Amino acid sequence: MIHPSKSPIVLVAARTMAPAIQVMAFYVIIHGHYSPGGGFQGGVLLAASLLLLRLALGDRVGRQQVTTGKATLWSAAGALAFAGLGALALAGSGNFLDYAAISWLGAEPAAARYYGMLIVEVAVGVAVAGALVSIYDDLLLGSTREDRGGS
Amino acid sequence: MSAVQEALAVTLLIAGALLMLVGSIGLLRLPEFYSRSHLASNTDTLGMVVIIAGLMVFEGWTMASAKLALVALFAGIANPVAIHALARAAFRIGLRPRLENERGEG
Repeated sequence: MIHPSKSPIVLVAARTMAPAIQVMAFYVIIHGHYSPGGGFQGGVLLAASLLLLRLALGDRVGRQQVTTGKATLWSAAGALAFAGLGALALAGSGNFLDYAAISWLGAEPAAARYYGMLIVEVAVGVAVAGALVSIYDDLLLGSTREDRGGS
Repeated sequence: MSAVQEALAVTLLIAGALLMLVGSIGLLRLPEFYSRSHLASNTDTLGMVVIIAGLMVFEGWTMASAKLALVALFAGIANPVAIHALARAAFRIGLRPRLENERGEG
């Protein structure tokens, strides 16, 4: 159990910086098409902002929006979307993640590449963010006496 | 790029590097935890902001320059807060600063 920081400086800094880090994370994920960045880096930024809140504001407040269960769900859903898109390309008789082969669903090959890449970036970002947050939560399990006593 | 711009950029970069150098010399020379972290916080923050300002002058009015300004802003917030949390945690677990007239074991 992590208690909220007693220092108002830490609290205000964490609350100020977390939304900015999240905006930067979405920018990095979406911009991964044609610039340095992409799903993994953006996902790590997103997870960093969530972990900053968890560390500074304590478990009770920090876990309110993104609970442990939700983080696990994110990582599973992201991995599923990634694998599912690859399997869609296989179903269109292309290679795994061959975006142009998704055009059997009715899109132009160019549009299929564009949206395929976008969906894969977002899926990887969500999966990485969820996985990192749930790894952190799992590491904290049983870290203190009250945790081991309860549940 | 004009000569004035280049000279200003190089001056800022050298000033930032000198600040960083002062910081690293101070880390070796100062006696104990609190003075070291205090010095590292000051010189690193100012040195980083000055170096980024030099890079912004080098870059001119571009998108990269705006991103560098954001980096300077957030690094300027995050660095002092991190050192604050570090020093606070050290004080709370019982590390006391070494004062002038006593011999601590920093």
